[in-house]
Amino acid sequence: MKITFSAFLAGTIFGAGLSVSEMINPTRVIGFLDVTGNWDMTLLLVMCGALAVALAGFTLVLKRPRPVCADKFSLPTKTQIDKPLLIGSAIFGVGWGLAGFCPGPAITALATLSPSVFLFVLAMIAGQWLAARFEK
Amino acid sequence: MTNVHTINALSGGALIGLASVFMLALIGRIAGVSGILGGLISDSRSGDHLWRIAFILGLVAGALICRIFLGPLPVQLQAEGLQLIVAGLLVGFGTRLGSGCTSGHGVCGIARLSLRSLAATVTFMGAAMVTVYVTRHLL
Repeated sequence: MKITFSAFLAGTIFGAGLSVSEMINPTRVIGFLDVTGNWDMTLLLVMCGALAVALAGFTLVLKRPRPVCADKFSLPTKTQIDKPLLIGSAIFGVGWGLAGFCPGPAITALATLSPSVFLFVLAMIAGQWLAARFEK
Repeated sequence: MTNVHTINALSGGALIGLASVFMLALIGRIAGVSGILGGLISDSRSGDHLWRIAFILGLVAGALICRIFLGPLPVQLQAEGLQLIVAGLLVGFGTRLGSGCTSGHGVCGIARLSLRSLAATVTFMGAAMVTVYVTRHLL
């Protein structure tokens, strides 16, 4: 229960951050990615704000023996820069550039009840499912 | 770019960072949205599903709170129909194969000083910039 509530709280703050910073708006994101056009630096500022807090916070948190509501930290174990990482990231980047949506903002933007956002999220889930099959 | 806009971008970013710190401090997990979502569709341990659903519902709740206090959510789509579907498929497939997206690699991974996440972030940002250049300036 504590874990579920904690995740909901973190999700809520995350969704509010994406909304306040306008990262749920594909037009802003495309504006940042369009480096040869009328460049919009919003995404860069958002990354700076997020990284400043996360860098300081992670350093403090990881000094603790364990998280508040769980037995241990569940951190990614892979450290190698391998082919799946680079190919997958490149494929993700193409999709991101086509629509201006990445997973967090797309799910958060479901709050607008726009059918197009639902369509994107469903396609995204289908893509994840396909990749899971492909990995097997 | 106005002052209000700059403050919104920085403070919104700070909230994203804070949410990631809470996630790690409270339940010891990385706030990577594609990974959290992906855990729901892989057939492993179903006891693991509740916190993932809670986080995803939280994302939407956060937007609704902003909708109530700050006014209409600014979402202007840049793709429709088939292009939107293809984009969604690529984002889903790519983030799964590449083990993460903007939140997991771009924020949490870089904040953990992971070179793997830095490489992923440079790759997807580069690919996205090239895609925007090709689709908006060449085609």
